[in-house]
Amino acid sequence: MNWGRSFARSLLAAAAAVPMLAGLMTATPAAAETTLRVVMHSDLKIVDPIWTTAYITRNHGYMIYDTLFAMDEKLNVTPQMVDTWKVSDDKLTYTFTLRDGLKWHDGAPVTAEDCIASVKRWGSKDSMGQKLMSFVAEMKAVDDKTFTMQLKEPYGLVLLSLAKPSSNVPFMMPKRVAETPAGEQISDYVGSGPFVFQKDEWKPGDKTVYTKFADYKPRSEPGSWAAGGKVAKVDRVEWISMPDHQTAVNALVAGEIDVLEAPPHDLLPILEGAEEVALLNTNPLGNQYMFRMNWLHPPFDNQKVRQAAIAALSQEPFLQAVIGNPAYYKVCPAMFVCDTPFAFTEGGDAMVKSDFEKSKALLKEAGYDGTPVVLMHSTDLAVLANLAPVAADLLRKGGFTVDMQSMDWQTLVSRRAKKEKPSEGGWNAFLTSWVAADILNPISAAGYNTGCDKAWFGWPCDEKMEQLRNAFATETDEAKQKDLAKQIQVRAMEIGTHAHAGQWYQPTAVRKDKVEGMLNGPAPFFWNISRIDG
Amino acid sequence: MTAFVAQRLLATIPVLVMVALFVFLMLRLTPGDPAAIIAGDNATPVQIEEIRERLGLNDPLPTQLAIWAGKLLQGDLGESFFFKKKVTELILQRVEPTLALATTTMIITLLVAIPLGVLAAYRQGGWLDRTVMGFSVAGFSVPVFVLGYLLIYVFAVELKWFPVQGYKSISAGLWPFLHRLILPSLTLSVIYIALIARITRASVIDVLGEDYIRTAKAKGLTNRTVLVKHALRNAAVPIVTIVGIGIALLIGGVVVTESVYNIPGLGRLTVDAVLGRDYPTIQAVILVFSFVYVLINLVIDLSYTLLDPRIRY
Repeated sequence: MNWGRSFARSLLAAAAAVPMLAGLMTATPAAAETTLRVVMHSDLKIVDPIWTTAYITRNHGYMIYDTLFAMDEKLNVTPQMVDTWKVSDDKLTYTFTLRDGLKWHDGAPVTAEDCIASVKRWGSKDSMGQKLMSFVAEMKAVDDKTFTMQLKEPYGLVLLSLAKPSSNVPFMMPKRVAETPAGEQISDYVGSGPFVFQKDEWKPGDKTVYTKFADYKPRSEPGSWAAGGKVAKVDRVEWISMPDHQTAVNALVAGEIDVLEAPPHDLLPILEGAEEVALLNTNPLGNQYMFRMNWLHPPFDNQKVRQAAIAALSQEPFLQAVIGNPAYYKVCPAMFVCDTPFAFTEGGDAMVKSDFEKSKALLKEAGYDGTPVVLMHSTDLAVLANLAPVAADLLRKGGFTVDMQSMDWQTLVSRRAKKEKPSEGGWNAFLTSWVAADILNPISAAGYNTGCDKAWFGWPCDEKMEQLRNAFATETDEAKQKDLAKQIQVRAMEIGTHAHAGQWYQPTAVRKDKVEGMLNGPAPFFWNISRIDG
Repeated sequence: MTAFVAQRLLATIPVLVMVALFVFLMLRLTPGDPAAIIAGDNATPVQIEEIRERLGLNDPLPTQLAIWAGKLLQGDLGESFFFKKKVTELILQRVEPTLALATTTMIITLLVAIPLGVLAAYRQGGWLDRTVMGFSVAGFSVPVFVLGYLLIYVFAVELKWFPVQGYKSISAGLWPFLHRLILPSLTLSVIYIALIARITRASVIDVLGEDYIRTAKAKGLTNRTVLVKHALRNAAVPIVTIVGIGIALLIGGVVVTESVYNIPGLGRLTVDAVLGRDYPTIQAVILVFSFVYVLINLVIDLSYTLLDPRIRY
């Protein structure tokens, strides 16, 4: 049987030869242009940042669009596309003049009419935009570069609204695009931002490609958060879709990608041990967990029962169970996020420590009959998966009966829209997370809307809270605004709109031997980043 | 034969209709709302309702079914809820990577599994046979993703012989194409090598006990001729059957491998569509898969006539 042995030998030799050949031919020619290869937290599916609130689409928006105003790292609102602006003495007329030389990606100049149409589209969709537009009587172009916004009554959040840093961001689009009904997706992706979306190279599930916009005119100030000069320092940015976290971490360590936006916390030790990788906390305000209750059905249709739940919960167990490493989380009593202008402890300190005896006493007072709390448990997202079991444990210790139901996140977001009884497909409670930039004030933060049917899921209903929010919105004095924000926080804890379950941070991993200059911000920004490896 | 082929092709129509109906109803009766997913985490109930209306998801089920079936009859598989692209375009973008992965996997599998199976059968009870059977058990037992990560760690992260992930079209050159396919194909082929080597061994052992093999040996034919021309050929029908089933299973099997190696193929398109409740894409992909399954079965049945003259249709 000699031929059999010789065949086996040949097979082994061939198997040995493949990697040798591969080793000889691994080197690939260097690209002529500078390219940044990035793995984002998810694949880009929808490219209309007004149509959806998805963060990946917001990030796409920051690549190709620009904003009239922007927020800097000190949370100050500064002009971005706007050059100068003024407000009349009666605070009813705002006049905005655009910077010189602003162009769309197709070469046409950016005009006041474009901006008016864009603000209108955003204002018909976004909750903060809708609030602003409810105060706007008229917007009118004065000339190609100047337009006015006429208000019905003074409104304290005009500039803050136009500088809204997170979903939905008021991005400016050409008039022909912005006239698309807000309920319909746009199909023309021309913006005026520092990068151009390469529609033909966009392969959903594979990669999204942006190239530097040569005619972009950055501001002269240094970049700071979403404000200042947006200087594109690479020719091309590729967002590579990589749904498997372990693969993405391996690809970063092997140098096949340059930036990994959101490595899961359980894989951070691998990256901490990789010499060429740096972990950057580019969003120092981080994120905040939320425990949301449904006001429509027992037991959370009772204020005392909601207060009992808040008494039973505390932030540290949530943060330890999900994030683990205290370097990446903070116990924070402030509902409007720690280290921000509206950071207060009043009322919010109830979430620092569980008080099970108080919870049980409140339940007794409320006449709680053991109705199970249907708690929706999202199982597939690492930053949410362990939250519901912790909540269930704390609530049980506080005297509740809990029916925790597991499902994937997409099922949860579908089910939370249902107003039916929990026994008929509805729900009592769920946990989610917010990017801090979304919840910096009681108007942009959806959780404080207590407008019953118009409120966010859970549909809280409270007239006093709405009065406070309206007073906050119309107040133009900063000190009084702060006082109102404090009252809103106290009221939110009193009536139990939701519980803030802890602040946490998501580091971004970058190859420090290849790139530098990544800015901090509420979203990942790709201007100002340059390659240092030639 | 022509009548048989025509009959089988006609039979695909009711199969596809049943699949289409089943998938359509299953998707709409299971939990999940594409509008809520499209709207994003921060959307209000009103925004979600607007999107439901825009997508026609508030229409009665028979209306939705009629609209979809009407488009399907005109060859239009619909538009993805998410990407604002035709589903046909999405599928065409993803066919090449999956086809490339499946083809290289089957080539590696056949080149390794059949000779190993034949040799193991010939050396029944010997060290080679035991090794092949041991490998076979291991091949079945190790999950694809474990093997994938293991190969990535050794050959991509440590030795740097291969890239960790990604796919390059063959239009970028033969070596870049193969360079990225070797590890995923090896990963995926292990389970099929285990399966096919085992079946080949069993089939050849059965045939080696037949009288005509003894006759062939008595005639003085060489071992190679006896094995290849007589034993293997007569053992071919079950082997081809299992290869055919293997190819069909590959369509589902690529999902994990495509995720681990980040290959943008049909498997990942399916998973993404299911997670996003992208009804038009799921429906189209499953219809295409069903059609391919039916075709593969037909090709296997036809190949029997070439391998065994006694089989006629």
